[in-house]
Amino acid sequence: RTSTSRTPPRPRSTAGPPTTAHVRLFTFLLAMSFPWETSAGANAPAAGGPHQHTSRPIVTGTSVLGIKYRDGVMLAADTLCSYGTLAMFKDAKRLTTVGDNTLVGAGGEYSDFQKIQHMLEDITGDDRNYDDGYNHSPSEIYHYLRAVMYQRRNKMNPLWNNLLIGGFKDGEAFLGSVDMIGTAFTDDFLATGFGAHLALPILRKRWQPDMEEGEARELLEDCLRVLFYRDCRALNKVQVAKATAEGTIVSDPYTISTNWSSASFMQNAGNLQGDGGW
Amino acid sequence: PPPLPRDMATPARDGEAATGTTIMACCFDGGVVMGADSRVSTGTYIANRVSDKVAALHDSIFMCRSGSAADTQAISDYVRYYLAAHTTEVGRAPTVKTAATLARRIAYENKDQLLAGIIVGGWDAVQGGSVYVVPLGGTMMQMPFAIGGSGSTYIYGHVDAQFKEGMSRQEAQNFVKKSIAHAMARDGSSGGIIRLVTIDANGTEREYIPGDELPYGP
Repeated sequence: RTSTSRTPPRPRSTAGPPTTAHVRLFTFLLAMSFPWETSAGANAPAAGGPHQHTSRPIVTGTSVLGIKYRDGVMLAADTLCSYGTLAMFKDAKRLTTVGDNTLVGAGGEYSDFQKIQHMLEDITGDDRNYDDGYNHSPSEIYHYLRAVMYQRRNKMNPLWNNLLIGGFKDGEAFLGSVDMIGTAFTDDFLATGFGAHLALPILRKRWQPDMEEGEARELLEDCLRVLFYRDCRALNKVQVAKATAEGTIVSDPYTISTNWSSASFMQNAGNLQGDGGW
Repeated sequence: PPPLPRDMATPARDGEAATGTTIMACCFDGGVVMGADSRVSTGTYIANRVSDKVAALHDSIFMCRSGSAADTQAISDYVRYYLAAHTTEVGRAPTVKTAATLARRIAYENKDQLLAGIIVGGWDAVQGGSVYVVPLGGTMMQMPFAIGGSGSTYIYGHVDAQFKEGMSRQEAQNFVKKSIAHAMARDGSSGGIIRLVTIDANGTEREYIPGDELPYGP
């Protein structure tokens, strides 16, 4: 009688490349030992069913800040794109100009921001080619992006970004925010991501209408510094962009100073005499 | 907190071969050096110990592949085809940026279905040597050097410490060889031999470093 215990199928030869059965056994065992690994991709459709999209963000940027000031609008963001916890791209540009009037800054999935940049380049290209003296205003760019983000949200396939749109046209400053589900609003100062929690209270306390460029930049740098202190996915290398009557410009990346020399920091909390705390 | 990227070493579908890998590309003055290990694993079994993960897209443009072997082979086939058609139409050699953009388009538009981390590098008359990285999700970034694959996590410190701007051809080759060897030494999903491709204005030169002559390890 054959034994009732199962033995694994033997490969046809002990040397040389594995047989299909050999490979199948390994992967079968693998699948058995890792039950949380589904046999299909993350968002595989049911057989014959509708396709789901909503992918998850992979390469991500963190907060973007924006304020209105005397000459127009200023945006700021750090130059980091993270790959999960890994600080992968430390020179990533998350602020962009759209024609002479508008700035757009993005947090969230960087590939989706690159796609948005292409869409905005199409718009500015059209403006240039029409050559009729009219260019899209910051408010129009904002409304366009709101429509795009909301429509993608309705299709359950969002562009996974949190955008700030700032600009200056015909003597008027504009600043608005659009998120990945199409929530859109405007204000005198705004922040996305961690910035909404950490930078907004600082801005609420210190922002004044008609700040000078130097003051406005210092305020933004102070916020970016706090974000570097307290956001795991932030970097101390940043960019600032402004939109004024003279046009739009994004600065080169530069490093902001940080303070680690407070006396209370230098105290060792782990001494025998202490409470063992941090 | 955001979810971590999928572990590259675990296959996306049953039975699928994954290139748990170390890939790298580095610009030098006048060209680009590209390198990779040679291990292809299905779970814990090494399906191919001498694979070639540096795929030619054109005479002077190559692509390092990491992630799902099937996905990256398919992408490189498509990019090779599109690039050949583009070259015929435009009547001159394609640029590295064009090749990278084609790879990025495919990776981005199919981001839900693909598991592919790609580094495109080569020489063209516009920029000289250049390196573009297209990680999961379809972002595209130009970099002075790039590392990828599961083994890359072990050598981020090493490459940050050792890289310098304006390396010579020999220095860049040694940098790539040494970095990949260190990753192979510690990453279970990387190993075997190192294949190096050096591309400059005069053409390409392939080098094969056997597994018992690595600069470090295994």
